[in-house]
Amino acid sequence: MIDPALLIASLMVASTPILLAAIGELVVERSGVLNLGVEGMMITGAICGIAAALWAETPWAGFLAAAVGGALLSLLFALLTQVLMSNQVATGLALTLFGLGLSALIGQSYSQIRAPSLQRIDLGALTDLPVVGRLLFGQDPMVYISLLIVAGTWAFLRFSRAGLILRAVGENHDAAHALGYNVRLVRTCAIAFGGACAGLGGAYLSLVRVPQWTDGMTAGAGWIALAIVVFASWRPWRLLLGAYLFGGVTVLQLNLQAGGFAIPVQYLSMSPYIVTILVLVVMNAGRAPGSLGRTFHASH
Amino acid sequence: MTLKHLLAGAAMALGTMAAAQDDPVTVGFVYVGPIGDGGWTYEHDRARLAVEEHFGDAVETVYQESVPEGPDAVRVMTQMALNGADLIFTTSFGYMDQTIEVAEQFPDVKFEHATGYKRADNVSTYSARFYEGRAIQGHIAGQITESNIIGYIGSYPIPEVVRGINSAWIHAREVNPDVEFRIVWVYTWFDPAKEAEAARALIDQGADVILQHTDSTAPQAAAAEAGGVYTFGQASDMAEFAPMPRVSSIIDDWAPYYIDRVQAVIDGTWESTDTWDGIGPGMVGIGEITDAVPEEVRTSALAMKDAIASGEYHPFTGPLNRQDGTPWLAEGEIADDGTLLGMDFYVEGLTGDIPQ
Repeated sequence: MIDPALLIASLMVASTPILLAAIGELVVERSGVLNLGVEGMMITGAICGIAAALWAETPWAGFLAAAVGGALLSLLFALLTQVLMSNQVATGLALTLFGLGLSALIGQSYSQIRAPSLQRIDLGALTDLPVVGRLLFGQDPMVYISLLIVAGTWAFLRFSRAGLILRAVGENHDAAHALGYNVRLVRTCAIAFGGACAGLGGAYLSLVRVPQWTDGMTAGAGWIALAIVVFASWRPWRLLLGAYLFGGVTVLQLNLQAGGFAIPVQYLSMSPYIVTILVLVVMNAGRAPGSLGRTFHASH
Repeated sequence: MTLKHLLAGAAMALGTMAAAQDDPVTVGFVYVGPIGDGGWTYEHDRARLAVEEHFGDAVETVYQESVPEGPDAVRVMTQMALNGADLIFTTSFGYMDQTIEVAEQFPDVKFEHATGYKRADNVSTYSARFYEGRAIQGHIAGQITESNIIGYIGSYPIPEVVRGINSAWIHAREVNPDVEFRIVWVYTWFDPAKEAEAARALIDQGADVILQHTDSTAPQAAAAEAGGVYTFGQASDMAEFAPMPRVSSIIDDWAPYYIDRVQAVIDGTWESTDTWDGIGPGMVGIGEITDAVPEEVRTSALAMKDAIASGEYHPFTGPLNRQDGTPWLAEGEIADDGTLLGMDFYVEGLTGDIPQ
């Protein structure tokens, strides 16, 4: 039989990479930029993470390096789209290809090597509580950090002045510019944040979820993250729901198969996509930021 | 005089150089995963490198990694053919229809499709009898499992994968009547995160041996993390995970075949053929059985390997029934290749259905 507590615990682990990448992309898109390079930034994070974790012999160095690596790669995107005003869609796709290639190059000597892994936290009695103990007090620290990032993003966008400016830039960059805000600076910061989050998501894959480095290991996770941002209508809590739903149904269907339940496999296999889309669409889709994907130039 | 000689010599040298460079045979490879997957594609690429080394300047190779099965493969193959490839190896089952489609457009280019069954005048097929290796896996797995639950990560429900499951099952049950198979279909050849998750789900369900038919080493990593779980290298030796969790492996050795076929193109003797070789001719290798396996199990596994290699034993030898109990092979009867190539049924004792 399937142990629900174990299942929920593993769904949180399965969802965290997508969640991290998606929350970063959400901020980027709320600032009016469409960065399709999530996959490339994730995989760069994955290799930076494992390389640094091996070098410093602690997973935390890995996560730090992954965030820096992802952010650096995204700054390349920022340079091209914000300063040189290249097309965002084409540049984003190029960033994905570049990231995949770069990571394969760096990763040549890291194939099939295990990095120091992240231990789950142990709060003694609390963690030993039946069912909820393992769920609430027995995850690895990155799961909590990812949830904190989601909450922080929500609060930032909703309550802070900087969040308001970021949203204004995303809704109408000409108006924000007329009000004296530095559109390019705001967007560059958002892009760097998105890159750092994608890098963290990638490192979570290579350090916790798989855990090892393999060429091309993100295998499309970045695209799922992009889709979840849209289906979550650019709202952090819905995005959390979407990511957990997707990860959850993925893990659930594998467990149902492993448990030998007589449900046709093809339905199980498509279920993560169907369920996530259905739930998020039924929750009444929102509107995309007004300036999403449009190139900004102060002279226009 | 000397100048004349010099010039003549130079002209001759140029002439021979031109002749040597005249027409290096270009060989293309289409890969389903990255060459660093540590499994299936990794082995195909090793064979490509062996071709380069064997022929030197006479052959040029090109390859494309992570080509999705489906329409995109047409684009990649067409591009290779347009760029002058003389021979193209398409190394995944899902390229079958695309290979035939592109081959029709380029009748002068030779194609070699791995693991498929559709041929044309300029399309050969080749595959390895992986099920022979699966028999040995099953033989070992059935004896080392303590929980009597063996997990199996299937990619797609195609005959090649079903054949492997049947072969492993028959030989696991032969040595352990209480054994049970849990099969998970992941519908991908390469997705490390999903493969690891599938392995974890199976381990959570009590499996202590994980057999995989996917291309990355992620299930090995997941098993290593869980501890006390046995795995087998798939397509490649995956020796990094020995002696535990990886206790043995099935190794695909494509190099001799690739060299042979490239030579045939150079000689102009290439013909559309269907090759299906196993342990005997060396296309399937069995990786070292580690010390984690008891000595007597290792000995009997190696004896089985020798019997299969010599043709003395066939893994699908009757009496065998289909899953629904209807007879398939009578006592001593050996399965014919046609049935094996199109295998779309489980043998008796396996639970669950093959997704249609």
